[in-house]
Amino acid sequence: MSRFSKTLIALLVAGVSSSALAFDRYPGIGRPATEVEVKAWDIDVRPDFVGLPKGSGNVDRGMELWETHCASCHGVFGESNEVFTPIVGGTTLKDIETGRVEALVTGSSPQRTTLMKVPTVSTLFDYIQRAMPWTAPKSLSPDEVYAILAYLLNLGEIIPADYVLSDENIGEVQARMPNRNGMTTDHGMWPGAPSSKGGIGNGGAPDVKNVACMKDCKKAVDIVSALPDYAQDAHGNLAEQNRPVGQTRGKQTGAPSESPNAARQSQAAATLALANDKGCMACHGVANKIIGPGYNEIAQKYQTQTDAEAKLIAKVKNGGQGAWGAIPMPPQGHVADEDVKRLVNWILQGAKAQ
Amino acid sequence: MANIATWPGRVRPAPENFLTDEQIAAVKDGRRDFLRKALLTASAAMAAPTMARAAGEGDPAILNLPPWSTSLGQPVAANPYGMPSKYERGLQRRESPGLTRVGGSSVAFTPLQGLFGIITPSGLHFERHHQGWHDVDPSKHRLMINGLVKTHAVFTMDDLMRLPSVSRIHFIECGANTGMEWGNVAVPTVQYSHGMLSCSEFTGVPLKDILDMCGADYKKGRFVLAEGADGSSMTRTIPMELIESGEVLVAYGMNGEMLRPENGYPLRLVVPGVQGVSWVKWLRRIEVGDKPWGTKDEAVHYMDLMPDGLHRQYSSVQECKSVITTPSGGQLLLDKGFYNISGMAWSGRGKVARVDVSTDGGINWRPARLETPVLSKAITRFNIDWVWDGKPAILQSRAVDETGYVQPSYGQLRKVRGTKSIYHNNAIQSWKVVESGEVSNVQVL
Repeated sequence: MSRFSKTLIALLVAGVSSSALAFDRYPGIGRPATEVEVKAWDIDVRPDFVGLPKGSGNVDRGMELWETHCASCHGVFGESNEVFTPIVGGTTLKDIETGRVEALVTGSSPQRTTLMKVPTVSTLFDYIQRAMPWTAPKSLSPDEVYAILAYLLNLGEIIPADYVLSDENIGEVQARMPNRNGMTTDHGMWPGAPSSKGGIGNGGAPDVKNVACMKDCKKAVDIVSALPDYAQDAHGNLAEQNRPVGQTRGKQTGAPSESPNAARQSQAAATLALANDKGCMACHGVANKIIGPGYNEIAQKYQTQTDAEAKLIAKVKNGGQGAWGAIPMPPQGHVADEDVKRLVNWILQGAKAQ
Repeated sequence: MANIATWPGRVRPAPENFLTDEQIAAVKDGRRDFLRKALLTASAAMAAPTMARAAGEGDPAILNLPPWSTSLGQPVAANPYGMPSKYERGLQRRESPGLTRVGGSSVAFTPLQGLFGIITPSGLHFERHHQGWHDVDPSKHRLMINGLVKTHAVFTMDDLMRLPSVSRIHFIECGANTGMEWGNVAVPTVQYSHGMLSCSEFTGVPLKDILDMCGADYKKGRFVLAEGADGSSMTRTIPMELIESGEVLVAYGMNGEMLRPENGYPLRLVVPGVQGVSWVKWLRRIEVGDKPWGTKDEAVHYMDLMPDGLHRQYSSVQECKSVITTPSGGQLLLDKGFYNISGMAWSGRGKVARVDVSTDGGINWRPARLETPVLSKAITRFNIDWVWDGKPAILQSRAVDETGYVQPSYGQLRKVRGTKSIYHNNAIQSWKVVESGEVSNVQVL
């Protein structure tokens, strides 16, 4: 976020370049930005909360917003591992006290959740504000971001259920982040000045030191890991992933895949690709429920309804809840009308891949 | 796979009596209907390339003229934008099944097993998106400079492409490249183990020139934030020292044409030596500041978990690394005899000084030939002669960069960093060759 002086902004708004000399080197190239332009794009929030917009939101409002915009991917309690890795879980009240997540030390948690890793609450605000919801980034107001963040922090027991999170008290929350003391910059992989000179890290000193031995470097070769049998076919037919001439061939594994050209020509395959492109497949399987119902279930349910097409088009466009359970489907405003129609008809005709 | 003579692709003599006496007579007579049939046979044989060595009178690939020698070819501009031969279609970017669940936040790996030299064809450059890719309208794209500068400024693509440009060859490697292999072997081929790696010639303007124009405060402003124009508006903190070196580019060109949409068209940051996440695509904004930003990809992801439970934050440099790309995992050697072991080496700290190759799992090493050009923070191609005696072997490469840093073994890396770091795995890769000629991915400490 800028720390631009008010006088300078005034100059720029008046259309006066404050630094004509610098721009003189390449006359006619570039122009000063207006204050409104900078404000429109300069949305970052730093760990010291520079850039944080004013506003507030409570846990209850956050839960409503969460269920509308977020639960379909992240689960109602931010715990889902279906689409993305979990946000909530793996932290304890003791971690909140110490600022170190013990599960990271003991390795007791099967997965690292966001709250186990993130040291800075500013990061969560910044990320939700700039990139969420998944299909409609930058559509949330600052108050909505505060509310959603409050809901998440409450799920992690970092703030109580009656907390109203705001720009004024977010610093208190920072002091309770479970992994706030879990970072180190004592490494040699920052390509700038070291921390001793105002930068980060140790100035580039490597943490391992191998020597380039050339002869009789060890007595025996110990193979500690090889590709497990069950994984041999997991990446398709390797023969088809190598050139048909040269000093080697690819090994025959798995089932030969279909010809990509044939697939491309198929209208059904193109619609399947469209479903993938538009993110539909994140929540719906062709023949299985993921978060929302499988396409097979939808086709079956609506097969006798004459207005099925119109009904489903409306559901895709405006979102819906209740037909298949509590998890709502968010409105899919990013999909063009003609694409919605094509997708709905494809689903009703059995969501075939070919 | 015991009988190697039956393998597809194995070079062996053409079978006896490939042509009957009548057919030979027909060829001598120049009878065209026979030739037409023979051509069909020849094209069928392309699918399973078996008969390459001469038997009897000679190689049918020589004796039976192919259609491309006996018919009219395609006119110019039949493909206004040229594509690789249909025989090369196996070499594509591919996802690793099960690695991610959402295509918009995933990875497609470069098929390193089929590449030559140091430049990655643009269509095979690896993909990593955080919230899907867009084909951005270049006439509506803007670059904004703000923060600790005298003049907050806006540049159009027209502006940027009028400025003096430079073209430089650099590698780009995702910090998570080889990340699936920290604990154990997980993937079969070099495409999946090392394919978040590409190398291109980038054309653009040094960011330093643009910051100079805007009057950047180099005294206070020691950190720079780069931000994308996509849905994720991905952000990363870059040290001002790198920008002052003149190496960091605001790039629009890649391999002689504009960047591909998947790689940030029309504008991306090029941060040589640093992991790919910092090479912000669809670059829309640069902010100069006095502290790092702790962005999502600095405080949730792209942090290396150490055995003591601490995460290394702001780890950015891609340390010296190499890999043999052929022969490599999932491939089959055709026969005993001569092979050209070939691979890639690179370092985020400068030039590759040397690459050694072992065929016995690291007991003995021989220096490989480094092919020119050898450029700073670019891929260097290495080659070394090898005569395979048909016995088991373990192929390894070990690179040394100009700082003297030697690429470490798995044992050395794990001793310091454990197995859960995800990022920055630059261990020596091992490919095991067995008597059948099959090559597979293994790990040696």
